[in-house]
Amino acid sequence: MDSVRYDHAGSAVTVPLALKILIAGGFGAGKTTLVSALSEVRPLQTEEVLTDAGIGTDDLSGVEGKTTTTVAMDFGRITINDDLQVYLFGTPGQDRFWFLWDELAFGALGAVVLADTRRLADCFPSIDYFEQRGIPFVVGVNCFEDTRRFDLETVRRALDLDPDVPMVLCDARDRQSGKLVLISLVEHVARQRGEPVPAT
Amino acid sequence: MRTEPPGPQHEWLDGDAGPVVRPYTLTGGRVRSAAGFDLVAFVLAGAGHDAAAHPQLPPEHRRLVALAGHPVSVAELAAELDLAVGVIRVLLGDLLAQGLVAVHEPPTGGDIPNDDILKAVVSGLRAL
Repeated sequence: MDSVRYDHAGSAVTVPLALKILIAGGFGAGKTTLVSALSEVRPLQTEEVLTDAGIGTDDLSGVEGKTTTTVAMDFGRITINDDLQVYLFGTPGQDRFWFLWDELAFGALGAVVLADTRRLADCFPSIDYFEQRGIPFVVGVNCFEDTRRFDLETVRRALDLDPDVPMVLCDARDRQSGKLVLISLVEHVARQRGEPVPAT
Repeated sequence: MRTEPPGPQHEWLDGDAGPVVRPYTLTGGRVRSAAGFDLVAFVLAGAGHDAAAHPQLPPEHRRLVALAGHPVSVAELAAELDLAVGVIRVLLGDLLAQGLVAVHEPPTGGDIPNDDILKAVVSGLRAL
């Protein structure tokens, strides 16, 4: 779609570049917690409207009179500098809301799939989704206090992950831990483009 | 949980799905905006477009113009007004048609974000 360029009467208003990163994973894997830990603004929720007509199609005519329901999506923001912001979107946890993922994933830089070692299978659908669409992702293994720490290679085998998909142990409640997961993702994206970001 | 579902039971409507609402009342029943507006498109009110100068605008439209005094994303507007993104898109379409706001879609293209941008993101994240 074409941007609408607007001459802001000569005033130097910069419209930042926003990068989208999706935070996915099964219900209760810590998506909301991670978004909250990383966001510089109070955690915001936005809602997308579901309708019972025209789901997945362009035809929404007549929907205005029908009952609808809403799906909440978490999002958070990290300002890198005046020109650059990172937006985090927590994906709706329920499988039947997959069609909302397509909008979230459009133009996304990549995704973090949070895995809960107590329910590893819950993150399979997220991994499948990003693999099928060629969206770069990393797996963050959320270390809940009451679970024994899994060996990452064991988790990798259980998830049948490609060897080049980074895996990071993390604590979704901890900002420093969460930021390492995001760094791992951005470095992974850069590597996939053949331009590794040097560690500094 | 609802005890009396409105009308015939529907697989999409249950306790997990959230409240049943009629969000498009605000848009006069319109469900399509002229443009799709990405969640991270930035909205910016035109210079001199003070919301107070447009008393004819409905309150939600006025709030959007006021919030867009500096660049603000579609997602943030939806959260700020506590309205569904689809509703916000229709209202923004109205404001765009009246020339009261500009909407800047995120750039798309193979080299965006380029290597310099990715490096900036990594160093910015490290500095958090």
